[in-house]
Amino acid sequence: MTKSYEEIPLTPISDSPSTMNMTGLWRAFRPVVDISRCKKCTLCWKFCPDAAITLVDGVPVIDLKYCKGCGICAYECPAECIEMVKEGTG
Amino acid sequence: MRMVMTGNYASAYGAKVSRAEVIAAYPITPQTSIVEKLADFVSSGEMKAKFIPVESEHSAMAACVAAATAGARTYTATSSHGLTLMHEVLMWASGARLPVVMTNVSRAMAPPWSVWVDHMDSVAQRDTGWLEFFCESNQEVLDTIIMAYKACESSGVMLPAMVIEDAFILSHTSEPVDVPDQELVDSFLPPFNPALKIEPGKAMGFGSLVRPDQYMEFRYKAMLAMKEAHDRFLRVEKEFKQVFGREYGGHLDLYRCDDADVVLVAAGSAASTARDVVDALREKGQPVGLARLRSFRPFPHDEFRALGAKVSGMGVLDRSYTFGPAGAFYTEIKGSLYSCPKRPVMKNYIAGLGGRDITPKILEKIFEDIQLTAKRGGGDEVEWVDVNGLPRRWR
Repeated sequence: MTKSYEEIPLTPISDSPSTMNMTGLWRAFRPVVDISRCKKCTLCWKFCPDAAITLVDGVPVIDLKYCKGCGICAYECPAECIEMVKEGTG
Repeated sequence: MRMVMTGNYASAYGAKVSRAEVIAAYPITPQTSIVEKLADFVSSGEMKAKFIPVESEHSAMAACVAAATAGARTYTATSSHGLTLMHEVLMWASGARLPVVMTNVSRAMAPPWSVWVDHMDSVAQRDTGWLEFFCESNQEVLDTIIMAYKACESSGVMLPAMVIEDAFILSHTSEPVDVPDQELVDSFLPPFNPALKIEPGKAMGFGSLVRPDQYMEFRYKAMLAMKEAHDRFLRVEKEFKQVFGREYGGHLDLYRCDDADVVLVAAGSAASTARDVVDALREKGQPVGLARLRSFRPFPHDEFRALGAKVSGMGVLDRSYTFGPAGAFYTEIKGSLYSCPKRPVMKNYIAGLGGRDITPKILEKIFEDIQLTAKRGGGDEVEWVDVNGLPRRWR
């Protein structure tokens, strides 16, 4: 796998996007959304630093393949409808 | 065309005739008139380039990095605190192997607040992987920008370069400058066409993560590139002379050193004053010479070793102080000479900080002191020159 300095480019170049890294594996806490209380304000979608949230009819759907469990969405949600649940429980 | 212009306008014309395609810069004294002139060129249509006004020097360099990654020839200019704010991105530009060219109008770091010449800002960036050229005249500023693009864009180099003007002494002083014809510059400097660049519709990550088993190979390549930059620049200057009729002495510009017994190493505008002092002392029969340090990176290691073997005394003038054992130029030159079988007595002079004048009289006394120190076989290695309160009088 390791290459000689003569075989590598000037700077490391990857031809695949960083979405190949399944950052969801890092997660210790999982966001759980109570959709019934969602006000469709979209703040969770705007603040998610990993773009792991998509909006479906204005309501967040969290992609757990990439969500690192940082909890920013739960912190920002004015309706307090996102709860961080420890992985392996609940 | 021969015109009378400041060092700053020489920089702007240098970027213009080099056909820089993207300019991102933030104004700072005493660099501002470079940016103003380039903004004029672009807005009047005289220069076909994208001018990106930014909110900081960090952003200016980030914009240059992005533009160069997309294959554009980029230029920026800054000074002192602006340069140090760029520090992080300077590392990125060299690590990503982007041949950005920048003018740094070398100015003291605060506090105490100062807008005058001092090389601390440039010297503090020596480990960023940029080539650093200290200039002596406005013409040299313009010419070095053209040469820097040509040398840095060659496939074996691909490193960024800093062209350094002394604040006010060059930046705001007018001299006759020949602005070469565009066709001539075009024949010398082809368009920038890197082998790898970001392209629309093609997903690629540049400068991505590598693990410990692969990192060192990239740094090793960058080291080789800096070595190659040394030789490449000499070839570029040779070619420059053929086309434009001017040259500046390579990396270490030797003046009356052939039969010199003691030499002074100096960079920037002080070297210009030292030239006159050498002439005056030569008329009095003193075997003195000047070694103008033109490029701090690539460092002229072999040149110093060749010179060191020929002289009995070598003084080094540092217009900055690095809080190590001595000034930065001195420490590195001494390091180069250490393993030489025959080396001169050396002495470091810290002078001209924060724009204090380095007068001909001071330089005469420095030459006198090097000769005396060489005769004695050594002495105190580092002396601060012209500091009020110290016993020695220099004026």
